[in-house]
Amino acid sequence: MSKTLFDKVWDSHVVRKIEGGPDVFFIDRHFIHEVTSPVAFLGLKSRGLSVLYPERTFATADHNTPTINQHLPVEDPLSANQLKALEDNSNEYGISHWGLGHQKNGIVHVVGPENGITFPGATIVCGDSHTSTHGAFGAIAFGIGTSEVEMVLSTQCIMQPKPKKMRINVNGNLSKGVTPKDVALYIISQLTTSGATGYFVEYAGDVFENMTMEGRMTVCNLSIEMGARGGMIAPDETTFAYLKGKPLSLKGDAWDKAVAYWKTLKTDADATFDKELTFNASDIEPMITYGTNPGMGMGISKHIPNAEAVEGGVATYKKSLEYMGYHEDDAMIGKPVDYVFLGSCTNGRIEDFRAFASIVKGRKKADNVTAWLVPGSHEVEALIKEEGILDIITKAGFELRQPGCSACLAMNDDKVPAGKYAVSTSNRNFEGRQGPGSRTLLASPLVAAAAAVTGVVTDPRDLL
Amino acid sequence: MAYDKFNILTSTAVPLPLENVDTDQIIPARFLKATKREGFGDNLFRDWRYNNDGSPKKDFILNNPIYSGKILVGGKNFGSGSSREHAAWAVYDYGFRCVVSSFFADIFRNNCLNVGVLPVQVSAEFSEQIFNAIYDDPNTEIEINLPEQTITILSTGAKESFDINSYKKDNMLNGFDDIDYLQSMKSDIESFANGLLL
Repeated sequence: MSKTLFDKVWDSHVVRKIEGGPDVFFIDRHFIHEVTSPVAFLGLKSRGLSVLYPERTFATADHNTPTINQHLPVEDPLSANQLKALEDNSNEYGISHWGLGHQKNGIVHVVGPENGITFPGATIVCGDSHTSTHGAFGAIAFGIGTSEVEMVLSTQCIMQPKPKKMRINVNGNLSKGVTPKDVALYIISQLTTSGATGYFVEYAGDVFENMTMEGRMTVCNLSIEMGARGGMIAPDETTFAYLKGKPLSLKGDAWDKAVAYWKTLKTDADATFDKELTFNASDIEPMITYGTNPGMGMGISKHIPNAEAVEGGVATYKKSLEYMGYHEDDAMIGKPVDYVFLGSCTNGRIEDFRAFASIVKGRKKADNVTAWLVPGSHEVEALIKEEGILDIITKAGFELRQPGCSACLAMNDDKVPAGKYAVSTSNRNFEGRQGPGSRTLLASPLVAAAAAVTGVVTDPRDLL
Repeated sequence: MAYDKFNILTSTAVPLPLENVDTDQIIPARFLKATKREGFGDNLFRDWRYNNDGSPKKDFILNNPIYSGKILVGGKNFGSGSSREHAAWAVYDYGFRCVVSSFFADIFRNNCLNVGVLPVQVSAEFSEQIFNAIYDDPNTEIEINLPEQTITILSTGAKESFDINSYKKDNMLNGFDDIDYLQSMKSDIESFANGLLL
């Protein structure tokens, strides 16, 4: 029978099918971090259970870590306590731990791929909804809750009903200044934040085939923002080239054997999906959000839609605009910006810093803007220095911080103050996400750079 | 984690008719720093419930003494966003045992089922009926009958059935969780793992 890419990977990981219930689903790789794992370990202890396959779990500290002075003790006692718990639990159960200060430390969804932990055809989970990132490699990767973290630690399995399947095709060529982030924000704006709930997405078509792995990760990362559990892209030569030679990638014959198998991981020509959508690359322009969920986005040159023109409740829509301090019909170009955040598991990779640098080069940071430039990992940080990007951004008046999730969810001190506007390359513009009362405009690294040097929302195409 | 068994729940309900209520609103990230599962109910809907100085916001529904109960009735796409199970813990810890919505986000729904909160998905029309019934009379009781898989507005008699897979239903009725089940099939899991390439 014909199968989709998703079917092939899913079906090969089902240990048992329960009649009228979920599948018992085997997990190849499990990432843990300091925020969603402590209670899972407590659960293990209270039941007297061990970790079944510690070599399949990888711990990294990222969510609440500071992005300056990482060599000093963490000041916030609650954060310090969580970081200590991650370290202690990892040590106790024999799990590899890349804590604060470790050269491999960074955002879980950045360090996993760059170390070759992620691979095609794998099943990957983490107590973090942006685990969908790893789908870029043709893996089934999704976020889970803490109870499920405990299940994976103790049995390497979770119990999941198989989601429905959706394919999203984007064909044609992207215009100048349009990045993978814009593609994702465009799709989410078309589907709404719940448009893919219940589905697992496969991205297909020219645009994704021509994308780098960094770009594919950005797109798959944002799958959850349209409600999908995850999204994936069939592995190809771009995927294999990225993974080859990574520290934990297979070597020699084992590598060749794996690649031969990975090449079979594509949707069969006559396989069917529960839903299929097709978009044209030429319809996509640089995107920006104006509301309080990632579906409230539009082309940067457009005006904020009227409540009557959008799907969903008028009251919810108006509450959202009121929170943002915006009005129907407002243009976004020229809106004031107080903060710019470049980073996160969505856009904290080397390519994002290259894009940012391409605009700020030879320009100056606007005086009214506070900018936080936060690499996704020490490896990204090292490349920023090696490629001369640090020189460019320093000359333009920016500083580089240290790796972590940072202002994406503001668990550390990187908080946008109440009422202030932040153009952010992260993934969520929910109320208070970047700090109580903060107002977030989601956008690409190019749009963030354009805002950082002009101090207002600016079309990056004018500066390229 | 053990939770109370769920059978038939009859209670008044708290209406929250907003759409796309995300888990950052249910519990903001800065309250996720505990290493134990305790006290999350205090911070349920923290930034909608309290001012910066900690005083209650009078116009938020949880601060209105007219509305109370063990059932939270939310708008469409309830629980979107972050996978934090803390959101489901906060709902449970506050005292809710059931969340009703015309549409749930996947991970939140899963997390609820794992911690003993029953997510009941109803039609958009029935959701409207519930909101209207509560606004007409805040003392209106709603019956959630898990064995029969029905939800009834007792004042009007309006009733609808809801879906839940038989495995999860059995777990909720008995207070079991998935770890109990998975532990019982460990040898199957080990032989499966032995056959894997990577």
